[in-house]
Amino acid sequence: MCTVCGCHDVPVFDAKPAAKSATAPFANVLASNIAPKPDHHHYGQGPAGVSVPGLSQARLIEVETAVLSKNDALAEGNRRVLSALNVLALNLVSSPGSGKTTLLCKTIEALGDTPLAVIEGDQQTSNDAERIRATGARALQINTGKGCHLDAEMVGRAIDTLRPRPDSILFIENVGNLVCPAGFDLGEFAKVAILSVTEGEDKPLKYPDMFTASRLAILTKVDLAPHCDVDLDLYEANLRRVNPQIEILKLSSRTGEGMAAWLAWLKAQMGDHP
Amino acid sequence: MHEMSLVEGIRSIVIDQAAAHGFTRVTRLRLEVGRFAGVEKPALSFAWDVAMRGSPAEEAELEIIDLPGQALCFDCGTTVEIADRLDPCPLCGGGKLLPQGGDEMRIKDMEVL
Repeated sequence: MCTVCGCHDVPVFDAKPAAKSATAPFANVLASNIAPKPDHHHYGQGPAGVSVPGLSQARLIEVETAVLSKNDALAEGNRRVLSALNVLALNLVSSPGSGKTTLLCKTIEALGDTPLAVIEGDQQTSNDAERIRATGARALQINTGKGCHLDAEMVGRAIDTLRPRPDSILFIENVGNLVCPAGFDLGEFAKVAILSVTEGEDKPLKYPDMFTASRLAILTKVDLAPHCDVDLDLYEANLRRVNPQIEILKLSSRTGEGMAAWLAWLKAQMGDHP
Repeated sequence: MHEMSLVEGIRSIVIDQAAAHGFTRVTRLRLEVGRFAGVEKPALSFAWDVAMRGSPAEEAELEIIDLPGQALCFDCGTTVEIADRLDPCPLCGGGKLLPQGGDEMRIKDMEVL
């Protein structure tokens, strides 16, 4: 029975035999697409169960699958593992040179004996992981080679290797890139976008996806603001323009200004995250 | 680079589908792309030709179907359709809009032999 109209093999209307003017290509398409009766053109009986003009029905396969479905499924797996261990996982995203690693080093020092681990993502070198290890924290470096972002599979393997402790924090420092990491779920609790004041107030407008995907934006290097003629209020306004719900913190890893609010945010998430 | 990973994702779905449905060649694939998906179409088409080599979708035609972008306006509280991510609200002129969907990237269907 037809899933569209409910009809059976019985003709639903009487029509004259197909016009002789049907051209060869159409005749070919019709032959493979419809019920083999001269007075009943019944579409939607191919494997797809639906007819699309221009596509040959018998060979049309409906897929309806998200391109990133594999990554998303792996990310959900990571999320389950992390959630079972009560690990707060944060995906730190930014352009290269925003001060992610410096902020992480200072954060690790300030957190003292809070258990944590770090996954570092870069195209090349293990410089960042070495900087993190120098603070005494556990770190694993992922080099993506030509890749421009971390994906859920890489992070899943890293979690297997690092084995985060229960009730700990997992910082995932993504590849410095304000474009691609926005689209790849890693299984994190939240994305945290890091934006240094030297990058320009219109960065959120130029790369809206990343700031839309982030729960928190941290404006770093605020100690440099007086030397760079930047308007911190405009940074905030532009961040809120692309994501009206984003939380915003301003800090300087170098002077320590604003670090207390960031640490308080982390503590609050440790209690809150699922 | 990003488009290349997307096309690699499509390739792997094509290979899975070929095993499931028993086909050897894809002649056309229709991809739905939301307006806010952040996909560069020329880059996607370029990556397509390169990444599909040796797969059932080698030489397949890629057809991109644009899906509209909707956003919630935080000034008037209405969900509106906008053409560009940074467009103001067409109803109240407000500038704070949060996308609601529009970031889809989905293989709709494929024509196979």
